[in-house]
Amino acid sequence: MELFDNHKKLFGLATLFFVGLTILVAVMPAIRNQNNNQPLPNAQELSPEAVKGKAIFIANGCVACHTQQVRDLDMDKIWGTRPSLAADYAAIHRTDVWRNTATLMGTERTGPDLTDIGNRQPSKDWNLVHLYNPRIVVKESIMPAYPWLFTIKEEPSKSDIIVNIPAKFLDGKKGKVVATKEAIYLIAYLQSLKQTKLPDGTVAPAFLYKKEENKTIQAVGSEPDGKALFTANCQSCHQANGEGLPGAFPPLKGSPVVLGDDLEKYVDIIVNGYDARAEFGVMPPVGTNMQFTEHDIAALINYERSNWGNNGKKVTPEEIKKIIDVVKLKAAE
Amino acid sequence: MKSCNFLVRSLFFWGILLNSFNVSAQQTIPSDFSLGSATALIWLLLIVLLIIFFVAMVLRQKVNGIKDIYRRKTDEDVKRELHAQTHSLNSDQITQLTNYKKRNKGNATIISFILITTALTLSPGTATWAQEVNKQADSLLSETGIIITIILLLIPILFAIIFVTIKVIYAFDQSKKTQNLEDAEKLAAYLRSLPEEEINTYLKKRQAALDFRLSHKELSGLLSADDERGLLQVNKQAGLPIVALKKKALPRPHIDPELSRLILWYLGCATFWLLFGTTIGEYVGIKFVAPDADHISWLSFGRLRPVHTNAVFWGWASLGMLGLGYYIVPRVSNTKLSNMKYGWYALWLINAAVVLGTICLMTGINNGGGEYREYIWPVTLLFAIGVVLTLINFLQTIAKRTTKEIYISNWYIVASIIFAIVITVVAYLPYWQNGLGETIIQGYYMHQGVGMWFMLFTLGIVYYFLPQQLNKPIYSYSLGILAFWAQILFYTLIGTHHFVFSAIPWWLQTVAIVGSAGMAIPVIAGTTNFILTFKGAWYKIKDSYTLPFFLVGIVFYFTGSMQGTAEAFRSTNLIWHFTDFTVAHSHLTMYGIICFFLWAGMYAVIPRLTGKEAPQITIGAHFWLALIGLMFYTIPLMYGSTMKGLLWVQGKPFLEGVVLMAPYWLWRAIGGSLMWLSHLFFAYNMYKMLSRNDEMDVREIAIQKLDDSTTSAHPIV
Repeated sequence: MELFDNHKKLFGLATLFFVGLTILVAVMPAIRNQNNNQPLPNAQELSPEAVKGKAIFIANGCVACHTQQVRDLDMDKIWGTRPSLAADYAAIHRTDVWRNTATLMGTERTGPDLTDIGNRQPSKDWNLVHLYNPRIVVKESIMPAYPWLFTIKEEPSKSDIIVNIPAKFLDGKKGKVVATKEAIYLIAYLQSLKQTKLPDGTVAPAFLYKKEENKTIQAVGSEPDGKALFTANCQSCHQANGEGLPGAFPPLKGSPVVLGDDLEKYVDIIVNGYDARAEFGVMPPVGTNMQFTEHDIAALINYERSNWGNNGKKVTPEEIKKIIDVVKLKAAE
Repeated sequence: MKSCNFLVRSLFFWGILLNSFNVSAQQTIPSDFSLGSATALIWLLLIVLLIIFFVAMVLRQKVNGIKDIYRRKTDEDVKRELHAQTHSLNSDQITQLTNYKKRNKGNATIISFILITTALTLSPGTATWAQEVNKQADSLLSETGIIITIILLLIPILFAIIFVTIKVIYAFDQSKKTQNLEDAEKLAAYLRSLPEEEINTYLKKRQAALDFRLSHKELSGLLSADDERGLLQVNKQAGLPIVALKKKALPRPHIDPELSRLILWYLGCATFWLLFGTTIGEYVGIKFVAPDADHISWLSFGRLRPVHTNAVFWGWASLGMLGLGYYIVPRVSNTKLSNMKYGWYALWLINAAVVLGTICLMTGINNGGGEYREYIWPVTLLFAIGVVLTLINFLQTIAKRTTKEIYISNWYIVASIIFAIVITVVAYLPYWQNGLGETIIQGYYMHQGVGMWFMLFTLGIVYYFLPQQLNKPIYSYSLGILAFWAQILFYTLIGTHHFVFSAIPWWLQTVAIVGSAGMAIPVIAGTTNFILTFKGAWYKIKDSYTLPFFLVGIVFYFTGSMQGTAEAFRSTNLIWHFTDFTVAHSHLTMYGIICFFLWAGMYAVIPRLTGKEAPQITIGAHFWLALIGLMFYTIPLMYGSTMKGLLWVQGKPFLEGVVLMAPYWLWRAIGGSLMWLSHLFFAYNMYKMLSRNDEMDVREIAIQKLDDSTTSAHPIV
C-alpha cells in the first residue's frame, strides 16, 4: 500500500491520529476544567507559613504515600465530610518557574488521606512528636522519621519550641529536641488542610457504593464497635494500652475523668476538646470533627471504662444524648 | 515444563503464605489447623483409605501372579512351555548346553533343590477393621478428645498395615522363588533329555543368529570421515557440562564497528542504570519493613521512590530500548545509520538528564509530585533533546532505506519516539495545568509514558528479534498493523483511569474505562501474533537462552496488560485503587514485559557485535532469579492489597490495613532481593560479553605465533 510504504505519510498519519486523540481526551478537558472551575466562596488561602510548609511537603515526596482526595465512595467518608470537588483544587496554580502545579491528589494511600487532616488531627504537639519519629505515637507506623527537621539544644531559649521525645528515640543524644522552622512550616501546612464547607444550599455529591449490611446491623439495634472507634480516633495519642505518652498525652488508664462521676465533663472533652493541663498537649474536638452520634460516644466511653484494668460504670446512648445537647449549647456560648 | 514449575512454586508459596502469615485477627483469620480438628481427621482417614486401596491393589497383583503359577497345567501345556523356554535360550546358555551334552552324554545327575515354605497366616479383616474405625469416628467426630485418641490409634494401625503388607509381599516373593526353582529343575531335566540332533540343527543356528553384530562400517565404508564443509564442531577438551548446552549466537555479516560501539555504549549505560535504579528500589522496599533504616534526608523514602522509578525508566529501559533501536532501524532499512554523532549526543544528553534528575530529587527539588514527571523541566529538556535527535536520526535512516516497505518494527519504534515527544510537550507546557487540569494531564502522561514510549518501542524490538531468533517470519504482518492502530486508538484514551472516583469529570473516567477494555484488541492481536510465530518452532526454546526471555515477556504482555484492563473497572477500582496492587501491576508489566524483552534482545544482539557470549549458567541464574523474584514480589502484594482494599470497604480503622500488609511487604522485599540479585548476574553477563579480555584460545594463539614468525623472521624452534 502506498500509505504504508511512504514513511512521511505513515508517520504523519500516526502522529495526527495520536495528537488528535490527545487534544480530545487530555488537553481540551484539562483546559475546560482549568477555566470553568472557581474556588469555593469560603475557601481560605494558604498562609505564608503554610505555603513554605507545602514546599517542604513536596520536596520530601510525601505525596508518594498520602493522597489528598476524598473519592465519592462510602469508604472514603472517614477522610472528609463530602467528596472532593473540582472547585477544591481550582485555586492551585503553578508553583514557580521551575515547578509544575501541585494538586497533590496522589495515586497511593500507604498512609492516611490528608484532605481534612487539619480538622482530624489539629494537635501541634502530636504532629511534632509524630514527625520526629512516627513510631513514638503509632508503633505500627511505617512512615519515615524526619529528625532532620529538628535540632538538639543543650539550653534552649524561651522562644524555642521544645518537643518531648522519649529517651528511647533519642539514640543516646543529650539535650532538648527543638523544632526547626521547617518543621513548624510543615505543620502549619498540615493544619491548614481542611475541607472547605459548601455554601449554604449547595448539595454535596453523594457517596457511592454504600455498605448495605450496615443498615441491617443498625436496624437490629447493635451498637457501634467501641474498640474500632478508639483505634481510628483516639489511639494515636492515648495509645493502644491506654497509657498515653508522658509529657505529651495523658493516660486514660486509671484516669479520674474516665472513671469519675462527672459524665458531663467526659462527654464535653470528647465532643469539644480539652486544653486545661499545661503538661499535656491540646486535645482537638474529636467528637465534633468526626460527627460522633450518641451511640458512638456511648460505645467509646464503655470501651474506655472497661479496658486496661479500668472498671467504670456503663453508660447508655440515651444518657449521652441528653448530655450532648447540654454540652453543645455550652460550646456555642 | 516451565508452567508446571510455575504452578508448583506458586502453590508452595501460597501454602506458606496462607498458613503462617495471616496476622490480622479481624480480616484474615490465622490458620486454625490443629491435629484435633475434624478436618484433620477427615484428611487422615482419607490418607488411610488411600493407603489401604494401594495395598489392596498391590496384593491383588501379587495374588494374580501366584495364581498363574499354581494354575493346574496339562502335560501339553508343560511341554509347550518347556519347548518355548528352550528356544529362548541366549547364546551363552546354548554354548553351556552343548558343552554339557558333550561332557555327559547320557549321564543323569540329580540336582537337589530346596523348598522353602512359609506358613502364612494373614488377618483376613484388614479392610473391615478400618471401616469400623471409620464408623466409630463418624459418630464421635465432635469429641476432640476422642478424635485425638482415634488418631493416635490410627497411627500404629497404619504402621501395622504397612508392616504386614511388606511381610506378605516378602512371603509371596519367596513362594514364587520356590516355584521358579521347581520350574528350573523341570527345564534342566528336559534339556538333559533333549536329542543331540535338535541341538545341532536348531540351536546352533539360533546361536549364530544371536551372535550376529554389525561391523559399524556398513554406512561409512572403510575410509576415515572427511568433513569438507566444516559441519562438525566437536570440542574434545570440554568437561562435563553443568547446564544443558544451548546454541551459540551465529556470527553476523558485517556490522559497522562504529555503530557497534555506539550500541554497546547504550546497552552498557542501561545496565549501569538498572543496577543503580534497582539498588535504590531494593532499599526503598526494605524501608517498608524497616522504616528506621536510616535518618538521612537525602535517603528518605519520599525522595528515593522517584529516584528509583525515574532511573529505571529513563536510564535503564529508555537507554536499553534506544540501544537496540540503533541496531534494528538501520538493519531493517538495509542501510547505514544516518548520523553517528547524533547517536552519541543523545546518549550523553539522556545520561546527563538521569544524573542531574537523580541529584535534584535527592536534594528535594522536584516538579510537584506527578508520578514519572518528577524531574523539573530543565532536566527533562535534556532528555527530550536526546529523543528528538534520535527521531531525526531514525527518520533520515528510514528515508535512505533500500527496501520498498518499512518493516513493522520501524513503525512501532519511530511512532513511539514521536509519541514520547508529544507526551512530554503536553506534560510540561504550563498552559493547561492549573487546578484539575494538572490531574487530567497527569493521568494522560503517566499512562502514555508507559504505554506509548516503553510498550510501543519494545513491541518494535520484539517484531524484529523474535522472528530473527526463531529463524522464521512473523506469523502475520496484518495482525501487527491492526495492533498498531488499535493501540493508538485505545491506549490514548485510558490515562484518567488512574483517577476513577476522583473529582475529574465522570464522563472522562468512563471514556478511560472503555478505552481500557478496548486494549484487549491490540493485546490479544499482539500476543496471538507472537505465539503463532512460535508455532512449529517451540522445540527451539530448549536450544536457546534468548527465547525463554521472549516467552516470559509474551506471557506477561498478555496477563499484565489484561490485568490493567481488569483494574480499570469501577467495581475493581473500588478495592484495588490506592493500594499496593498498583505497585504489583506496574512491576508485572514494566519488569515482566519490558525488562524481559530488553534482556532477550540484548542477549541476542551483543554476541553478534562482540563475538563473545556470557556463560550459560549465569544467564540461567539471571533468568530464574528474575522470574522467581518477580513472582515473590507481585503475588503477595496483590493478595495483601486485595485484603486491605476489602478492609477499607468494610470501614475498618486505617491502621489495621497497615498491620495487615506487614508480612506482604516483607515478601515483597524478599522478591525484590531476588530480582536485584539477578541483575548482578546480568551485569556480570554484560561484562563477559563486552570484556576485551579474551579467554586464551590455544589454537588461535598458535596461529598468531605462526604469523608472527613469518613476519618477524625469527622462527620459533
